[in-house]
Amino acid sequence: MAVLTLERKPLTFAERTYLPQIFGGLKTTFAHLVRKKQTLEYPEHRPAIPPGYRGVPTLVMDPNGREKCVSCQLCEFVCPPKAIRITPGEISPDAPNSHVEKAPQAFEIDMLRCIYCGLCQEVCPEEAIFLQNQFSMSGYTRAEMVHDKARLYELGGTLPDKHLKWDHKKAAAAHGNAH
Amino acid sequence: MATELKFPDSAAKAAGAEQEFSPEQMSLSMGPSHPSTHGVLRLQLELDGEIVIKCDPVVGYLHRGDEKIAENMTYNQFVPYTDRLDYLAPLANNMAYAIAVERLVKLEVPARCQAIRVLTAEMARISSHLMGLGAFGLDVGAWTVLVHSLNQREHLYKLFEELTGARFTTSYTRIGGVSRDVPAGWLDRVGAFCDQFLPALEEILALLTRNKIFLDRTVGVGVITKADAIAYGITGPNLRGSGIALDLRKDKPYSGYEQYEFDVPVGTKGDSYDRYLVRGEEMRQSVRIVRQIIKNFPGGDWFARDARKIFAPPKDKILSSMEELIQNFMLVTEGPQMPAGEVYFEAENPKGILGFYVVSKGGGVPWRLKIRSPSFCNLSILPKICVGCLISDVVTLLGSLDFVMGECDR
Ligand code: SF4
Ligand code: SF4
Repeated sequence: MAVLTLERKPLTFAERTYLPQIFGGLKTTFAHLVRKKQTLEYPEHRPAIPPGYRGVPTLVMDPNGREKCVSCQLCEFVCPPKAIRITPGEISPDAPNSHVEKAPQAFEIDMLRCIYCGLCQEVCPEEAIFLQNQFSMSGYTRAEMVHDKARLYELGGTLPDKHLKWDHKKAAAAHGNAH
Repeated sequence: MATELKFPDSAAKAAGAEQEFSPEQMSLSMGPSHPSTHGVLRLQLELDGEIVIKCDPVVGYLHRGDEKIAENMTYNQFVPYTDRLDYLAPLANNMAYAIAVERLVKLEVPARCQAIRVLTAEMARISSHLMGLGAFGLDVGAWTVLVHSLNQREHLYKLFEELTGARFTTSYTRIGGVSRDVPAGWLDRVGAFCDQFLPALEEILALLTRNKIFLDRTVGVGVITKADAIAYGITGPNLRGSGIALDLRKDKPYSGYEQYEFDVPVGTKGDSYDRYLVRGEEMRQSVRIVRQIIKNFPGGDWFARDARKIFAPPKDKILSSMEELIQNFMLVTEGPQMPAGEVYFEAENPKGILGFYVVSKGGGVPWRLKIRSPSFCNLSILPKICVGCLISDVVTLLGSLDFVMGECDR
């Protein structure tokens, strides 16, 4: 096993006068003075957010404007601090997406509880809930920090959808092949 | 009726004062919100002038009951809570927890997953030591060190952010894998970080290593003898600073640590200065490990594909296939399926040995989860080494022990 014993050498006379360290420290400081700036003038300049960032959780629509959440409540179950509250509801039979059958009547995320863990996004079987780029959230009241369904869709917007699973289902059903 | 007033006899009072209290001693409460206690630690000090004659650490201000919380959720749901133990090295905690649970079902994750975990744990070690170093510098009055080490840590956080989606609370591992594979080009950026980090580290360390002011404050202060270090259960750099080469990465290798070449630095005297030297050297060794991993980064799966009752199926399968959809529902609601049994696993974390003791009665929820936190054990020596120190040395001692209250109180 490679063990490295850390030796220490006694200070030389020059080092004991503090002087080399003082000048060494000044050298470091001045060297950094002329180097590239490492800080950012937030909030005028914002940091670049990499893809896959776990920001504020939001609900998204598919490109056809259909709300993707089917209120399966899996995210409500998995959320470790229990920040999500969902009231499931029915979709009215004359709506174009009536074959989806269910959608949330109410969907609330309490941003005072959320820990931005991303588990909700990970478990969602519909890719309906996404943690997006926004990282700063503030409000004047507690009630303001509980995002309701409208706010969640406003924050989420529309995301591209590779699968469009419900459209495929509808097309298949029209051909008399529901599954 | 007039009250008869009695005035104390001042002469008698002065005579008795000596026995009643001794004016030389003072008790001082340092913390829980004191900048040098690194969080919410309270030290109940008894002072004789400037000299500490008794030190009583009071812990528990940050107690959240993590162990009890774990009993009420599935194994995967607890991962975010492990971030909040040693919050300066969440990736290392995530890894230790995941391996502990995987040992319960004797699951070996693929080589690529192991490499990712070791890589992130070593990067977490660097970031934790950078913070420890910066705070220690600050405690002895060296501001510059903190500024430059935080700058380096920021580079690491950028990399963590890209990999896990969060800078700080990474929640990266899952039982049987990790939450996502490394992004394209990420390893190159880690390599580039290492290249610029080594000179920067030398620059930072040069501010302290031969600095007479720093040496005056640390050499011979807070000496922990070998026997004491063992008796108090001290681990990590604090133990190695006392000259005992215990490093679980070498002694009980896990997650493929045996493939990597690195040295275990040990100190000679066990004082604050040795603990500083050990941390500095450990960062260099971590860079060595990181470079070896990048050089031979294994391909293949980044999660245990065959463990269908433990790791969730890929997302596009969930969206397109009924079977995977049901499997996903079962996994989330029931949790990763574990056999009954118990397991204790400890990992060499930046702060010392972090142990998870998991008792399972089967199913997806632990029956009991005990966390052995290195910071708590390392703090136990404080009443011993503080005695006889100046009060200003207490501050440097706290800095040199480098503990985290989130983990100590958990
Ligand atoms: S957001 Fe996803 S997981 Fe949550 S209820 Fe809707 S469909 Fe289910
Ligand atoms: S990010 Fe985590 S804490 Fe926040 S709503 Fe989703 S599951 Fe809950």
